[in-house]
Amino acid sequence: MNPFTYERASDTSAAIELAKGNAAARYLGGGTNLVDLMRETVERPEMLVDVTGLPRGIEPRADGGLLIGAAATNTALAADGHVRAHYPLLARAILAGASAQIRNMATVGGNILQRTRCRYFYDTAAACNKRQPGAGCDARDGFNRYHAILGASPACVATHPSDMCVALAALDATVHLDGPAGPRSIALSDLHRLPGDRPDIETELKAGELITAVELPPLLFARRSTYRKVRDRASYAFALVSVAAALDIDDSGVVRDVRLALGGVAHKPWRASAAEAALKGRPAGPESFRAAAEAELAAATGLRDNAFKIELAKRTIVAVLGELTGDDA
Amino acid sequence: MNFTINGQSVEVEADIRSSLLDLLRNSLGFTGTKKGCDQGACGACTVLVDGERINSCLALAVQYQGRSITTVEGLGSDGNLHPLQQAFVDHDGFQCGYCTPGQLCSAIGMAREIERNIPSVVTADFMAVSVTVDERELRERMSGNLCRCGAYNGIIEAISETLEKMPASTQERARA
Ligand SMILES: Cc1cc2nc3c(=O)[nH]c(=O)nc-3n(C[C@H](O)[C@H](O)[C@H](O)COP(=O)(O)OP(=O)(O)OC[C@H]3O[C@@H](n4cnc5c(N)ncnc54)[C@H](O)[C@@H]3O)c2cc1C
Ligand code: SF4
Ligand code: FES
Ligand code: FES
Repeated sequence: MNPFTYERASDTSAAIELAKGNAAARYLGGGTNLVDLMRETVERPEMLVDVTGLPRGIEPRADGGLLIGAAATNTALAADGHVRAHYPLLARAILAGASAQIRNMATVGGNILQRTRCRYFYDTAAACNKRQPGAGCDARDGFNRYHAILGASPACVATHPSDMCVALAALDATVHLDGPAGPRSIALSDLHRLPGDRPDIETELKAGELITAVELPPLLFARRSTYRKVRDRASYAFALVSVAAALDIDDSGVVRDVRLALGGVAHKPWRASAAEAALKGRPAGPESFRAAAEAELAAATGLRDNAFKIELAKRTIVAVLGELTGDDA
Repeated sequence: MNFTINGQSVEVEADIRSSLLDLLRNSLGFTGTKKGCDQGACGACTVLVDGERINSCLALAVQYQGRSITTVEGLGSDGNLHPLQQAFVDHDGFQCGYCTPGQLCSAIGMAREIERNIPSVVTADFMAVSVTVDERELRERMSGNLCRCGAYNGIIEAISETLEKMPASTQERARA
């Protein structure tokens, strides 16, 4: 680990001021990802600005939504009464991630900006375009069981590893930012980028920008929602495929509205818009569910170790939607 | 840097890069806390910070200044074991013992999470007013602590016995 200076920011403007103009400064949340990457010398910051003292409140909004301070811990958000009642898919997604110890440390801001778990990204002896633009990609023909089946590029096939973000994508969350050029907001689904030919640029964040809060709009039918994660062991493992879903069915059994997002399949949390469009107005049942899953995965491509995830994603979508209609699978 | 460790205030000079784990083990001699993976994946380094369990290997010590840290040394001592330690002995909750300090601290942190009605991913009803503790819940909640020797059955028995016997809020400071 290379040496750095450490500053604890008392508020948002102090944090921005401390990091301003310093390309080697990093904001520090719980450190569960950044400290790990610093130890591997993948990250080599010269200054850490601790943002865990920034707002961490979780507050219901007048419109029925929820405003979540970026420094809220993953545990605090999953345990929040409003989240459990109104956005159960979010609580379940967070609790499906990492371990209790890590969730106690990890912040909402850090979870959103965690880096990929691609092992070649971590291994400084391997070729990785994300770590070193132009170096090549050892994952493409290497160990790629956890890699992308949607939206990947010749340059990078990594996935975004967050569970929480999959639920946030399904919920149409907005991310509030602040930075040297002032505050702005961006949809969570627009924050992370697909790799294209610049996998080193992972988000739309500008230099020195900070996540200050995440806002959830109200979504009445999210009371009927869940998150399912398929992984190599029952707990404490990253997703091979995960599905966040909320379903609204009318009295005649027709899908009135639906939210669907996938994890473990792409460089960003994957909002399954094609599947959503295919489901709306269709009877809530296995045939429509399968057709919607086929529509979403039509563009998927497999690599050496991960082609099975295409069928796995389809089946998981069908199973989760079945679960939400009361048909346990 | 200043900390309260097992109830004692401590002042120590440390490298800014030092993890809380290395500070405890190398600078302060609290070698009860173990280093397994040094990357958050095994739980051997679990300690309590203000009563909450964390992985000290991923914690920069500098970030935890002023906080109250409990390590396995703060739970019990020779001839004066913590009830959970005694239960680990009674139920064969270890073989080599390397994971045990982390298991103990983790279980005590977990007891408090259950008391505060924090759900887990296997909790069926998020609206229930309290957690129904069964083996499935305990295994999921303890899944951040691996045991290479596979002493899991004894570990779960020891933890559930202690949970039945004593309220979580008394566990961190309790001795037999
Ligand atoms: C063993 C292990 C298993 C895991 N398993 C899972 C899993 O199954 N599912 C899952 O989703 N996650 C998993 N994780 C990842 C974990 O969820 C993340 O490490 C954690 O959420 C990151 O949060 P943090 O606050 O610790 O971030 P940090 O490590 O502090 O920061 C991460 C990044 O975010 C930046 N950052 C932090 N806060 C802000 C802010 N407010 N504004 C701007 N930038 C900021 C930092 O500069 C850094 O680049 C696992 C981690 C480990 C170590
Ligand atoms: S998949 Fe992306 S992160 Fe992994 S080695 Fe290739 S370029 Fe690097
Ligand atoms: S040593 Fe910290 S989790 Fe393994
Ligand atoms: S007792 Fe040996 S690792 Fe758990």
